[in-house]
Amino acid sequence: MGGYILRRLIAAVPVLLGITVIVFLVMSLIPGDPATAILGAYATPENVEKLNRDLGLDRPMVERYVIWLGNMLQGDFGRSFSRNRPVIDEVAERFSATLVLAGTSFVLCAFFGIIAGVISAVRQYGFADRLITFAVLVGISVPPFFLGMIMILVFAVHLRWLPVSGMYAIYGGGDLADLLRHLVMPALALAAVAAGVVARLARSAMLEVLRQDHIRTARAKGLPERRVILGHALRSAMVSIIPVLGLQAGFVLSGAVYIETVFQWPGVGRMLVDAILTRDLMLVQGGVVLVAAAYVLFNIAVDVAQALLDPRIKT
Amino acid sequence: MLALILLLALATPFLPLQDPNATATAERFARPLSPDHLLGTDHLGRDLLARLVHGTRLSLAMGLAAALLAAVLGSILGIVAGFLGGRADNLIMRGIDMLMGFPYVLLALAIVAALGPGLVNALIAVAAVNMPFFARNIRGVTVALAGREFVDAARLSGMGNLRIMAVEILPNVLPVIVIALTTTTGWMILETAGLSFLGLGSQPPQADLGSMLGEARAALISHPHVAVVPGVMIFLVVMSINLFGDGVRDALDPRLGAGAPTRPLPATVVDRTGPPPPSQAGHGALLAIDDLRTEFRIGRRVLPAAGGVSLSLGRGEALGLVGESGSGKSVTALSVMRLVASPPGVIAGGTVRLDDTEVLDAPLRILRGLRGRRVAYVFQDPQGTLHPLYRIGEQLTEAIRAHQPMSLQAARARAIELLRDVRMPRPEDRIDDYPHQLSGGQRQRVGIAMALANDPDVIMADEPTTALDVTVQAQILALLDQLRRERGLAILFITHDFGVVAQLCERLAVMYAGRIVEEGPTAEVLAAPAHPYTRRLIACVPAPGAGRRRLETIPGLPPPLDALPPGCAFAPRCHRARPACSDGEVVLRRTGMRAVRCLYPEAAA
Amino acid sequence: MTTAPALKVEGLSKTFGARAPLLGRARPGVQAVRDVSFAVARGETLGIVGESGSGKSTLARMLAGLLAPTAGCIEIAGTRLGIAKPARSGRLIQYVFQDPAASLNPRRSVRRILETPLKLLHHMPQAAREQRLAELLAAVSLPTDALDRYPHEFSGGQAQRIGIARALAADPRILVLDEPVSALDVSVQAQVLNLLAELQQRMGLTYLFITHDLAVAEAVSDRVMVLYFGAVVELGPAREILARPAHPYTRLLADSAPVTGRPLPAPGTADAGLPDPRHPPAGCAFAGRCPRADALCRGQAPPLERIGDDRLAACHHPLRE
Repeated sequence: MGGYILRRLIAAVPVLLGITVIVFLVMSLIPGDPATAILGAYATPENVEKLNRDLGLDRPMVERYVIWLGNMLQGDFGRSFSRNRPVIDEVAERFSATLVLAGTSFVLCAFFGIIAGVISAVRQYGFADRLITFAVLVGISVPPFFLGMIMILVFAVHLRWLPVSGMYAIYGGGDLADLLRHLVMPALALAAVAAGVVARLARSAMLEVLRQDHIRTARAKGLPERRVILGHALRSAMVSIIPVLGLQAGFVLSGAVYIETVFQWPGVGRMLVDAILTRDLMLVQGGVVLVAAAYVLFNIAVDVAQALLDPRIKT
Repeated sequence: MLALILLLALATPFLPLQDPNATATAERFARPLSPDHLLGTDHLGRDLLARLVHGTRLSLAMGLAAALLAAVLGSILGIVAGFLGGRADNLIMRGIDMLMGFPYVLLALAIVAALGPGLVNALIAVAAVNMPFFARNIRGVTVALAGREFVDAARLSGMGNLRIMAVEILPNVLPVIVIALTTTTGWMILETAGLSFLGLGSQPPQADLGSMLGEARAALISHPHVAVVPGVMIFLVVMSINLFGDGVRDALDPRLGAGAPTRPLPATVVDRTGPPPPSQAGHGALLAIDDLRTEFRIGRRVLPAAGGVSLSLGRGEALGLVGESGSGKSVTALSVMRLVASPPGVIAGGTVRLDDTEVLDAPLRILRGLRGRRVAYVFQDPQGTLHPLYRIGEQLTEAIRAHQPMSLQAARARAIELLRDVRMPRPEDRIDDYPHQLSGGQRQRVGIAMALANDPDVIMADEPTTALDVTVQAQILALLDQLRRERGLAILFITHDFGVVAQLCERLAVMYAGRIVEEGPTAEVLAAPAHPYTRRLIACVPAPGAGRRRLETIPGLPPPLDALPPGCAFAPRCHRARPACSDGEVVLRRTGMRAVRCLYPEAAA
Repeated sequence: MTTAPALKVEGLSKTFGARAPLLGRARPGVQAVRDVSFAVARGETLGIVGESGSGKSTLARMLAGLLAPTAGCIEIAGTRLGIAKPARSGRLIQYVFQDPAASLNPRRSVRRILETPLKLLHHMPQAAREQRLAELLAAVSLPTDALDRYPHEFSGGQAQRIGIARALAADPRILVLDEPVSALDVSVQAQVLNLLAELQQRMGLTYLFITHDLAVAEAVSDRVMVLYFGAVVELGPAREILARPAHPYTRLLADSAPVTGRPLPAPGTADAGLPDPRHPPAGCAFAGRCPRADALCRGQAPPLERIGDDRLAACHHPLRE
């Protein structure tokens, strides 16, 4: 297993490199000139040229890429001009906020999604199945940002149960309970879509597995139905559910961008949107690369989980 | 609903709406149902209804365009990669992996950041991030298709790669593309709306539903209707598209066709009309099946797979049940412990008695106590019948502990003993193997060990050697024969091979079209078959030692189960048939040990 | 023989996956077929018998040009076949697949399936095609209205007739029949086998009939070739091989077939099985299961040698009467 993890990590290197190349290429497509963006429209040409030189923008592209990559490998992701601090600090701070939100949502969506899917499959065409199927349809059809807005209206504005937005209360907050109170709505809103997708997939995977011959064998052995469903069927179904959970992590990270905007959550998603709107390219570049790297690592973890579950995968 | 929205979107230019971009600051935030503005106005006093209709139109168009773009590009890449395989596949899929290495919004954000905010750019971004999904999906399907024999057949017919992709592959993946397209269009509308919501999509004053929501967010608390109206609209649009997508998927997905749409229940449904028939076998039989009728109810069609089967099995007896595919032999065996997949299977009549006790109406709890404990099964395909993710030791101990409470260690020791009983080499090591690490013959030995786990009285062996090589088959048969003699096991052995029955079973029953047509001691029946079907079926099998020759055949095909001919089902293919054969029910007549369902049986030898 | 045989194969081998992967050490490839040579006369049927892992399907696919051999050559009527290019070899040698359902594209009508080889291999004009289609259907005794139906509308036996018609459409000299009846029920099996025999006689076809069933092989073949672990172990006239096998493996195969009146063998400890195809043994591949094996067998692979009139066997200690 250790060798397998190592091999996966090595195999991830070209992917990570590819990601940096894509980011770099995309960023160099940008029309206009970052120096002008930084200095404003009224900068003197001399200043623009000087800044371009300082930023190394006058060199050929390949060289710029190598320098950029080298700097990143040393932990230097450049400086965000709009925040006026190193990109790495800004991203690290924001990313931890996103992790709290996305992590909670991911756990919620995996847990409820799988449970709903299993119930739905076992009670196929029953009341519970219809109810869950309808809830799933609503879940995957409602825009997450709209769901968030509705939740704010209902639970924060009308019922006044929960705070409207932010991560901590401005006055007197800061403890865990306060964090949780702020976390409930965004986490739920974010989990809704992903849970719907997971539930759908879990249902169809379970239905598929329940038709297989080894389930008949399990029943022919006289096993209790509980064990047949949870021990035999769900275990097989997990083989097709786990990769989708990996994809859902991407969806949750993506949805976080909207949810953070709606709930004023100080996460990396909102940071990126702001950075794009203010054309803070260093921040966009660094943020995208770091988040993508985290996501690649997470997917390796998913593959390892898959290999632990399925002995047929060569480790 | 979808049709309505589509119609609305198409008809927009012709509707008498107010100018969606006409601002009237005096009428800001008018409530819905106000006289001039049916749905009210927004922060610039623009008519919400007009903006809504135009916004919907725009969002729909964007979503559809993005979906189509992603589908076309993704499918082309997927088909090419999947079909060509090798280096092209590697190259394309590595690229796709890299695109998928991003959480999709990141990529979309990066693309928008590069191209600048705007409607077309958002569309490109959404299409680009969804293309990998199509490429992967289509590639998977294509790889499976490219290995299929009809592709080889096409090559042999002189087709080149391009032509095969266009003519042979594409029509087969098209349903998958359409399903993927319809089930993701809703999602793409959400994504484009999302980008607009963030201010990265459509730019003011032009508005799609997402940017309407984005603009309304500022006034969410004071004037919620401005946000709710477009929000609900997106929801309705996406939901109706999703519903439509599900409909398309259900209609196109071959796996959801009329055949097998559902998962089987824990036990076959029993829906018997009339009182259970009295036992014909008399008392004392270990297992007595009487007038068993098991049907498959698929939609309106009713297929009587077992149409009144009566059999009895004594203690320690080996009975061979012989028939061609579709004759109902497996269904009969599975019905005994109610293991026929249900739906669509239904036991519609008859009884199964184990030691004179009816089992079909026993509650599930009792039935489960019998399964594996008194009646155990060995199935045909050892690959599919063992759980792929559990070690064989786990599967064996589980079978033991289902009926005999004992510690894990004791069960493990017992499992090793069982493996030794079925002559598995090095059972102490093999017990920790997974099924895929064993050969076919070894897997079937595990299947037999599992059936023996609780010393059952009866083993139902459903073609246990059909999937195996002949040399392995001989070993498995020898093993079964030895075990049953040692342990006094009764075996119901299902097969299509008379040779196998001759070697293993004292008695045999022949099935045709869901009914038993002949029964008797194996040697007698094989030497002098009484039913014309039995005689001709035996003659069809090439026996070794006769050299090159023309083979005996039976003309025609077995009848479809939902259109059985009246009277004897074999009459239309029978050389001895006379008009009386098709007149009415032909009964199974018993003389001594033998029974035959024929009006004009072959002359006894 | 004065004229060239219909098919001649020399030193044919296939090794899968010997290429070194990008990461990790290179692994030895799987030797699916090892140095197979034989010749078939015109109008003859050669039965090729083997169990799973014997390499019979790989061999068949190479013969039909669906798979490029690693080594060796194939000659049809004296002309050497180039590298696998079914578009060229399709007019000489055709293939009938095991699973009729899988070998017919579910989304193409029978007409289009049968027309393709006429169009692409023979460039036949429309009118001639119509006539040829009718002939083909008649040859495999299917009604003409079958043309406009789709494969799933046919039973297994009928679908296999369509598969045969597709192979015949190319007007080949040789048919490779890859277990053409093992997916069919016994009563239908016999119908298809008889049809094949009729066609052979009428059209002077040469058959390579691949099967795992010795009895079927005997019933349809003039000569039989037995494969074990990718190599030929025995080759000779069908009746003689079955009646008096020379190789112990052929003997085991013949004795294992369940036949009325033959007692079951003593139950043995399970399957020594095939050797690891990545690391074939130095000696005879069957030595591990062979009752007659000795040190010579384990140390040195036996060559395929003439042991009688028209009979070959690869065994150091062949069985004799």
